[in-house]
Amino acid sequence: MMTNEPVITVKKMVKKFGNFVANDNLSFEVYKGEIFGFLGANGAGKTTAIRILCGLSTPTSGEMKVAGYDVYHQTEKIKQNIGYMSQKFSLYEDLTVYENIRFYGGVYGMKVADRKAKTKEMLDRLELTAYENRKIGDLPLGWKQKLAFSIAILHTPKIVFLDEPTGGVDPITRRQFWNLIYEAVEKGITVFVTTHYMDEAEYCDRVSIMADGKIVALDTPLKLKEQYNAANMDEVFLKIAR
Amino acid sequence: MIEIKDIHKQYGDVVALEKVSLSVKKGELFGLIGPDGAGKTSLMRILMSLLLPDGGSASMNGLDVVADFKKIRTITGYMPGRFSLYPDLTVEENLKFFATVFGTTIQENYHLIKDIYQQIEPFKTRRAGKLSGGMKQKLALSCALIHKPEILILDEPTTGVDAVSRKEFWEMLKRLKVMGITIMVSTPYMDEASLCDRIALIQQGNLMSVATPQAMINSFPEDLWAIRTPKIYNTSKLLEQLPSMISANSFGQVLHLVTPRGMYNSGSIQQFLSQHGETEISVEMAEATIEDVFILLMHNRKEKS
Repeated sequence: MMTNEPVITVKKMVKKFGNFVANDNLSFEVYKGEIFGFLGANGAGKTTAIRILCGLSTPTSGEMKVAGYDVYHQTEKIKQNIGYMSQKFSLYEDLTVYENIRFYGGVYGMKVADRKAKTKEMLDRLELTAYENRKIGDLPLGWKQKLAFSIAILHTPKIVFLDEPTGGVDPITRRQFWNLIYEAVEKGITVFVTTHYMDEAEYCDRVSIMADGKIVALDTPLKLKEQYNAANMDEVFLKIAR
Repeated sequence: MIEIKDIHKQYGDVVALEKVSLSVKKGELFGLIGPDGAGKTSLMRILMSLLLPDGGSASMNGLDVVADFKKIRTITGYMPGRFSLYPDLTVEENLKFFATVFGTTIQENYHLIKDIYQQIEPFKTRRAGKLSGGMKQKLALSCALIHKPEILILDEPTTGVDAVSRKEFWEMLKRLKVMGITIMVSTPYMDEASLCDRIALIQQGNLMSVATPQAMINSFPEDLWAIRTPKIYNTSKLLEQLPSMISANSFGQVLHLVTPRGMYNSGSIQQFLSQHGETEISVEMAEATIEDVFILLMHNRKEKS
């Protein structure tokens, strides 16, 4: 349920590492309830930008607001209002399903009653109730990723950042994962996602494509395909990023 | 060529490979397609003599992977899933190291790696740890090739790599194949299957199917419909209620509906949807992709167990 209300505003964002310009004057907005695809080749500058928007890195210049908070001075506020998951960092392997939920619920400052209610709802939805005392390390990757996503939105953040959430996951689980994304959007959560699967780019409301630190295209998948005279997003990507 | 017979591997209670048998012909570009945890890496590590099987046997160009492990290592090139070159050595030093270990020189086999290595040669004095993902991948492939192996085993060389670099990598593999090198490559990306001569679909330690990509597509046993709808998520929920339907999955901008062979036609599906208020929809019979085949095989396995 995409709206016209910006939840992320980026104006002339620049990030330099020494002489290297990782983000070169990025400007874009992400709207509340949108699934925003953030694509680009390896090394295009996606991770740098995500780190800034999550309040983990300070930009060199530019004006950026995330969930209404400034990325220079209000990073703690930002962290309270977002969720984050990636393929690489998600949950603690040595803790059980339940312990992970309790830990993250604590980190996000959730009230105990609220956390308990949401935990039950989430485990039922994922059909994981019978596994709540299993260690995360014993679960298949697909389950872990679905659980990691559900934990990232347990505190109902305004925005959730997903960095290649479906890498290496089997094709059925990959689609179940996207159903979870749609359900989060129904709850009004904005989704900011990166992926190397070009079919997933089609599921986004809008897609931006980065190359060499710049945003070179930003529009709905339909408009991008028209503009680049391409049959699918894979072709669009190859035409732009090559 | 590679011969695998009844290979079994277990880690505690977890069965990683369940009596896997497979043969790969000389000069073939063979793809092992499956998600993380399917058993691809275990199989490749057994072939590379880095892991002992619990049962069964395997040979490469007639050499047994257990008894002849030393010889196996001289005729094979291996690119593990995780970058495992020396990050503190430069690009050139890494390559030189691997050449020396195998008793050869960069000059002797330069023709093999030329196309690939030339792309990273401008950075030959850079430390390997400082390379970008795409460049690391090219260096790792060069190092795996420098001793002129007869067989190349590549474990997920394109995972986490962007669509452009993936395409380039497959073009490199095609050129190596022309030089007569037998290649086994694993990938979780189903769309890469069509680039292989033959593929095996692997899931939970079992080979679900082994054939050419086209043969797998041609022998898809059910009817497959490509459905275009403005509301993919809603339409797929609705199709769950279509009697006897097998699956409905989104494939980018279209929905793929699988139904038992001969049970429906496009008109009857359209009618079902319009009865439920979905009118702006087109239904066409479509050819399966490898991902459709994989999903159906997974589905059938689940039904059985």
